[in-house]
Amino acid sequence: MSLLELDDVRKAFGSIEALRGVTFSVETGSVVGLVGDNGAGKSTLMKTITGVHRPDSGTIRFNGASLTEMDPRGIREAGIEMIYQDLALAKMRDVATNIFLGRELTRNVLGVKLIDQKRMRAEAEAMIAKLGARVQSVTQIAGHLSGGQQQSVAIARALTFNPKLVIMDEPTAALAVREIEHVLELIRALSAQGIAVILISHRLTDVFAVCDRIVVLRQGAVIADDPTRETSMNAVVAHIVGAADAPHQGARP
Amino acid sequence: MSAISRFAAAPSLRRRLLGAAAFRIESLFVLAALTAAMALLSPYFLSVSNFLNILLATSVIGVLAIGMTFVISSAGIDLSVGSVLALSGVAGCLLMANFSLPWPLGVLACIAAGAAAGALNGFLVTKGAIPPFIVTLGMLGVARGFALVLTNGLPIYGLPDPIVFLGQGRPFGVPTPVIVLALTAIAAHIALSHTRFGLYAQVIGDSETAARAMGVRVERHKIYLYALSGALAGLAGLLFAARVNAGDPTAGLNYELTAVTATIIGGTNLFGGRGSVVGTLIGALIMGVLQNGLNLLAVPSFYQQMAIGAVLVLAVWLDRVNGAGRRP
Repeated sequence: MSLLELDDVRKAFGSIEALRGVTFSVETGSVVGLVGDNGAGKSTLMKTITGVHRPDSGTIRFNGASLTEMDPRGIREAGIEMIYQDLALAKMRDVATNIFLGRELTRNVLGVKLIDQKRMRAEAEAMIAKLGARVQSVTQIAGHLSGGQQQSVAIARALTFNPKLVIMDEPTAALAVREIEHVLELIRALSAQGIAVILISHRLTDVFAVCDRIVVLRQGAVIADDPTRETSMNAVVAHIVGAADAPHQGARP
Repeated sequence: MSAISRFAAAPSLRRRLLGAAAFRIESLFVLAALTAAMALLSPYFLSVSNFLNILLATSVIGVLAIGMTFVISSAGIDLSVGSVLALSGVAGCLLMANFSLPWPLGVLACIAAGAAAGALNGFLVTKGAIPPFIVTLGMLGVARGFALVLTNGLPIYGLPDPIVFLGQGRPFGVPTPVIVLALTAIAAHIALSHTRFGLYAQVIGDSETAARAMGVRVERHKIYLYALSGALAGLAGLLFAARVNAGDPTAGLNYELTAVTATIIGGTNLFGGRGSVVGTLIGALIMGVLQNGLNLLAVPSFYQQMAIGAVLVLAVWLDRVNGAGRRP
């Protein structure tokens, strides 16, 4: 049994078929690259997994349980974290608040649940230190940090609650070369700890550097799903742009 | 990547003092300067009884501005508070004076009427996807009109004694409305700065997408925020009616202007994301001192209206100049 299994997932917005029967799976601890041109359906697919959209038909199973009836909060709790391209940070709040956003630690005072700032800061500090992120203090305001530091905060948030699967949407798009290497190392480290990763990226060099398998989406369908060592940059590019002479090894119609 | 060593930096003293409360320390200086100026200009200003007067006059606006703080923190606005104040006061008084509803239920009726109007605002803002500015401007007209319809434009007299005490009583020498304001402010401060409810209000104003992605039920939360603002307008309506011993459909005219001004001077970000009840209280006191001082100096009330409007624009402009009002 795979960790995440999608079977014939379909989603339409009005007359536009965004997902036309997507089937693929992710094994525990593996890194899967998800590539495709703009509008291929990558974002819709991820939003369908994280519960923002509900599929019209098909099944999504995680750890053997169906996700299709759960809301985003339940799916986070089940162990799927998403790192959004825009990072989804509250820029006027400090790092600790962002890391615990939606899952604040509280203490009970006379029946009122007060946010436990002190404990959140201590735990956030430990998390940032563990990741080796270059963030000076968890009391810094997120909006005052550099792009790379903000990325670290978003990653720390995803990893604080022991996820089994982390979805990263273009995590390296806005980063400097040195920071990109850091993110790629982190993905390898996660995989080594048994945490699966879905990496969505336009940077094929990054995808080839860390992924075990590469899935290509085009016009809402999977047109290639191959182990990285059995495919090539040229073949993947051909699949993405839909070149007719592409070698169709492992492709599903 | 030994990040631990670089991690020890403690928050600065300023941050420790101000904490997450985020109110603008400058507003305290403005209040002090204004108080000093009034004391110099008028021999009647500096006295305990006049300070109690200022607090009393501030209590209704203060309660309104506290509700406004929650809504503005979430990047919304509630222009209907003055009208909802009148509608709630009238509704409660009507029930108590003409239908002899017991006074504790009358108190609840005022607050519930306000909360209902506020919840309707929130519903239209979220489910109807109409900008809050328009929804609450519409409610400003509708609620005022409804208050006039209910009363035929005339005040309602004959309130029960406990309600009159709520408006005019002075336990331990302190006017009851001031005590109500203080209790409301304490509860609201805890809610805004120390609970998820208040944090999510500010995070919605900061980044709605982030709030949504992290599982905050944004629509429902916004409805709660507008309902809270409405409920506090209802409480303010009760205080107003109790003070003048009548349900007046023309009560609270233009109070939205003063409430928004008090909130913004207090440091709550006009575009959402940061709010402070402590700051709003200071802002409300600035408005109170200003009005009281102008009264003592015998400046006609028409000029006071001009002063309040000018202060609002000035406060937002200073925010712009300092860059604090812009999103990071």
